Amino acid sequence: MQYLVSVIDDKTGSATPTEMAAIDVFNDRLQAEGHWVFAGGLASPSAATVIDNRGGEALFTDGPFLETKEYIAGFWIIEAPDLDMAHKLAAEGSKACNRKVEVRPFL
Amino acid sequence: MNRVDVREAITQAHHEEWARVVAALTRRFGDLDIAEEAAAEAFAAAVERWPADGVPPNPGAWLTTTANRKAIDRIRRENKRDDKQKEAQLVYDDDPPEPPDAIDDERLRLIFTCCHPALAMEARVALTLRMVGGLTVPEIARAFLVQEATMGRRITRAKAKIKAARIPYRVPSAEDLPARVSGVLAVLFLVFNEGYLATGPDTDPVRHDLTAEAIRLTRLIRALMPDDGEVAGLLALMLLTEARRTARVSAGGELVALDEQDRGAWDAALVAEGHRLVRERLAAGVAPGRYQILAAINAVHTSVRDVHDTDWSQVVALYDQLVRLDPSPIIALNRAVAVAELDGPEVALAAVDRLEDKLAGYHAYHATRADLLRRLGRSQESRAAYDKAIELAGNTAETAYLTRRRDQLG
Repeated sequence: MQYLVSVIDDKTGSATPTEMAAIDVFNDRLQAEGHWVFAGGLASPSAATVIDNRGGEALFTDGPFLETKEYIAGFWIIEAPDLDMAHKLAAEGSKACNRKVEVRPFL
Repeated sequence: MNRVDVREAITQAHHEEWARVVAALTRRFGDLDIAEEAAAEAFAAAVERWPADGVPPNPGAWLTTTANRKAIDRIRRENKRDDKQKEAQLVYDDDPPEPPDAIDDERLRLIFTCCHPALAMEARVALTLRMVGGLTVPEIARAFLVQEATMGRRITRAKAKIKAARIPYRVPSAEDLPARVSGVLAVLFLVFNEGYLATGPDTDPVRHDLTAEAIRLTRLIRALMPDDGEVAGLLALMLLTEARRTARVSAGGELVALDEQDRGAWDAALVAEGHRLVRERLAAGVAPGRYQILAAINAVHTSVRDVHDTDWSQVVALYDQLVRLDPSPIIALNRAVAVAELDGPEVALAAVDRLEDKLAGYHAYHATRADLLRRLGRSQESRAAYDKAIELAGNTAETAYLTRRRDQLG
């Protein structure tokens, strides 16, 4: 079972060196224990473009699809047998990156 | 066997076997929907068949067998559960629990799943009453004054989340157990309190159905986890509170405060059982949690026939202990009520006034102030505080009581 762990941020500016170091330790652990699938940090929402090609001609809109105070600053995709394990890992991830996270199961 | 006896047998089987049937089916089919529906069908079959065929010698076995057959019928009928759906089966952990003598009962798995922290509190309450308590959706909707359709959706959504997010069907590990048990107890306490202090203008002041259901489920958990102090504490707290139920509301529908209650009307059997549990916890010699302390406070109140004999220093000492565990303003408010008896209303009022920032929107804060001001002869301020309390109180019996006290002011 895979879960998306989104990192929720409300300020611009990437992780501090201390946070980066903690994230590295956490990532190593995910890999060592077989929970690692993928992870990445994202540029700020202002760098996003929304594309809609449902009408035949692609429309490009500058900015994120939702203007919100909080946004996704990065994510992990983890492998876990159930939600309890996913929650445990997400709690550690939240501590490592020093931000709130959201856990959402893949279908 | 006459009709009344059969009906009683069905009611009893429903109380005793519902959770067991749902839990056994959930384990076998890995699906709460199938388990719930098949259990309901099995009980419907009992209602249809038992009056004619007689009550089977082992009602639980009959119900489980019937429910199993209903579930298999349904799966065959649908027979379109593709691999994806099979994958979505509940995560069942077959490892024996640790330590090896730890509790393992299908019903506990069911309870912990329904009270999982990933579900919103109101979803946990609804799901627990449905899946463990066996209440119908209309019954639960009525209990919480929401539309049936809303309650139905709430339960459906909770079940869907359990499936989609893979909330496991198991008793938590020893490491997580205390936190998870306290989550379960919070659900039961909430159900009890909603029954005990029912809110809403047209609602009975005490919803006995809810307090009784909360006690029944807490008894079940107590039977499954007999060594857990907080489970015993919560059960004792509920019993000692329930014991005073009939004395707490007058014939005219008005709340009767503890010091004015007819103590002869208390349920002696419930009081005795509650006291027994409190003594058992004291003898255990383990530092008590909040439910155990609250139960002990209630034990002090219920151990004297005359309110004037109440050992208030003991009550205040227990509140001091509770404040250390839970420094919430509501606990501090209740402590101040006991302080008024021990050190006088002036000392208590000073303590209550310090809580204004946090409790200005809580009716009991104003009701407590009103009473203390009344005792200090400050009628005008007391009246204003009663007005505020009446405005904020949601329980009909409480409103009636506060109104009378206000109107009695000189």
